[in-house]
Amino acid sequence: MTAIAPAAPTPAADAARHVGFSHLLAAEWTKIRSVRSTVWTLVIFAVVSLGLTGLLTWLTIRALNSGRAGGRSSGIAADPVNFILGTGLGLGQLAICVLGVLVITSEYSSGTIRASVLATPRRYPMLIAKGLVFGALVFVIGEVVAFGSFFLGAAIVHSHFPVALSQPGVTRAVIGSGLYLTVLGLFALAIGSLIRHTAGAVTTVIGLVLVIFNLTGLLPYSWGAHIHAYMPTVAGVLITQDKDQAGQLLSPWQGFGVFCAWTALLLIIGGYLLQRRDA
Amino acid sequence: MIEVRDLTKRYGDKVAVDHLSFSVEPGRVTGFLGPNGAGKSTTMRLILGLDRPHSGTATIDGKRYDQLPRPLEKVGALLEAKAMHTGRSAYNHLLFLAQSQGLPARRVDEVLALVGLTPVAHKRTGGYSLGMSQRVGIAAAMLGNPPALLLDEPVNGLDPEGILWVRNLMKQLAAEGRTIFVSSHLMNEMAVTADHLIVIGRGKLIADSPTQEFIERSSERSVLVRSPQADRLSELITTEGGVVKQETNGTQPAGLSVTGMEAPRIGELAAASGIVLHELTPRLASLEEAYMELTADSAEFGAAAQAGSGPAEGSGPAEGSRPAGAAPAGAGQPGPAQGEEIAP
Repeated sequence: MTAIAPAAPTPAADAARHVGFSHLLAAEWTKIRSVRSTVWTLVIFAVVSLGLTGLLTWLTIRALNSGRAGGRSSGIAADPVNFILGTGLGLGQLAICVLGVLVITSEYSSGTIRASVLATPRRYPMLIAKGLVFGALVFVIGEVVAFGSFFLGAAIVHSHFPVALSQPGVTRAVIGSGLYLTVLGLFALAIGSLIRHTAGAVTTVIGLVLVIFNLTGLLPYSWGAHIHAYMPTVAGVLITQDKDQAGQLLSPWQGFGVFCAWTALLLIIGGYLLQRRDA
Repeated sequence: MIEVRDLTKRYGDKVAVDHLSFSVEPGRVTGFLGPNGAGKSTTMRLILGLDRPHSGTATIDGKRYDQLPRPLEKVGALLEAKAMHTGRSAYNHLLFLAQSQGLPARRVDEVLALVGLTPVAHKRTGGYSLGMSQRVGIAAAMLGNPPALLLDEPVNGLDPEGILWVRNLMKQLAAEGRTIFVSSHLMNEMAVTADHLIVIGRGKLIADSPTQEFIERSSERSVLVRSPQADRLSELITTEGGVVKQETNGTQPAGLSVTGMEAPRIGELAAASGIVLHELTPRLASLEEAYMELTADSAEFGAAAQAGSGPAEGSGPAEGSRPAGAAPAGAGQPGPAQGEEIAP
């Protein structure tokens, strides 16, 4: 009780010490790594992605071997890489959506946001730091799981459909899967910063990704097809596919650019509202 | 120094803070008092830049909070104790705050030791008691070793030991020359802690004065006199310029309450006329009573509103229901809740 101010910085040192963006990155990294939900969500992501990739490719190959695959074999035959990357990661991506939302909404539900905002009253840099740290984390884990899924699936389908990274578009599709997951996580983070409630934001993100964006594919005429093509995840997922699909309007990188643009727009709005709204 | 100038905050139609102006000086504990809903927390949130005011300014050493480069080194704040992630340890909660200011991790250990949480620092805060959470909040406030501290109801939910600890800490920090601004709705707590009081009601300033002056100004001194010859004494006092009221305890007469005359003079009068005195007690209305009198009009969810079927007294309680000097409880005792007292 006697030493309340043991580390009182001297005025000289005080003036010299500058708080930079790296300090915000360090703080955001501490926040992300110090809660169990981060670890658990990423574990679920990896287990679901790898597990489903393995299970579904194995079941399909087994069906083929026993001659009971029927019409289902045409999908894997036409594009085995897309089959491998699309199965497990297609469901695993939901864990990334949840984590992206939680990274920001858990601050609101717990009240941590007030401590954060007191420490960083200019709130924009905080959101940028959060996005960078979370994005980097998802990128690393996402690439590991994407390559893991690919090699796992490739080993299973090898007897019927030999696939390799050296084939055209395959390396880009695998790396692209990690990139897609990264931007998807940031997209969820942006929605979380707008809605601020975990349940509402998770429902919104998953509803958009699984239902709404795909439903636009039912719109008639060519403008309907264009709207569909420019939906965030519809455009974004192109980079995870090694071959162009029939009627594809955007190239993989164009699609990825569209997805990035949507996400950036939502993050800018989220940052603006974070700055404007009472914390 | 914290300065609030003409600060106004509305939530929809409701005015939470209404053209409020005051300043909080360093080197003393300034109590921030008001009934529930008076706007204390909102004012603190406005000072800290958490909420945006509709008009007016709140500055710390002349700067708005969001203009401070490393705010935690200028102002420490304790708002709600439980406002932290239940899954994160106290250490990590403080660590990210320290990192955001460029403070070394060593500082986290220091503030944890200061609040006595070192043994549980790496446990998740979800398992902490309210008292422990308050300590984490105080540790966070002390992290940047700031010259000013804002504490919103810091003793809420603490056990007596915890209350004493917070009280002593605030006094010690003020003695070091820091600015301590602490809100409470408990008058008696402030009476023993605060050197200066800022009282608000319905978002408006009611009083801004030293604690002692506040009590003296807002309450009337009286002397309780009991004598078997009460009638004669009463006459004598009245002729000498004093004001006498008969006090009753139920139906029993319980002595005379004298205002406008000091106890020694009453004793002299009695002695001169050979009147026997059984009791002669100078009384000062308690701080709680002074506070209730002041804020009775402005209580957001006050007694008048709760009276329900009772007569709609409106602004009554302040003037009519409590005759000066007729306080039922002795000095220093917390009076009964006003709602019970004004019941017909």
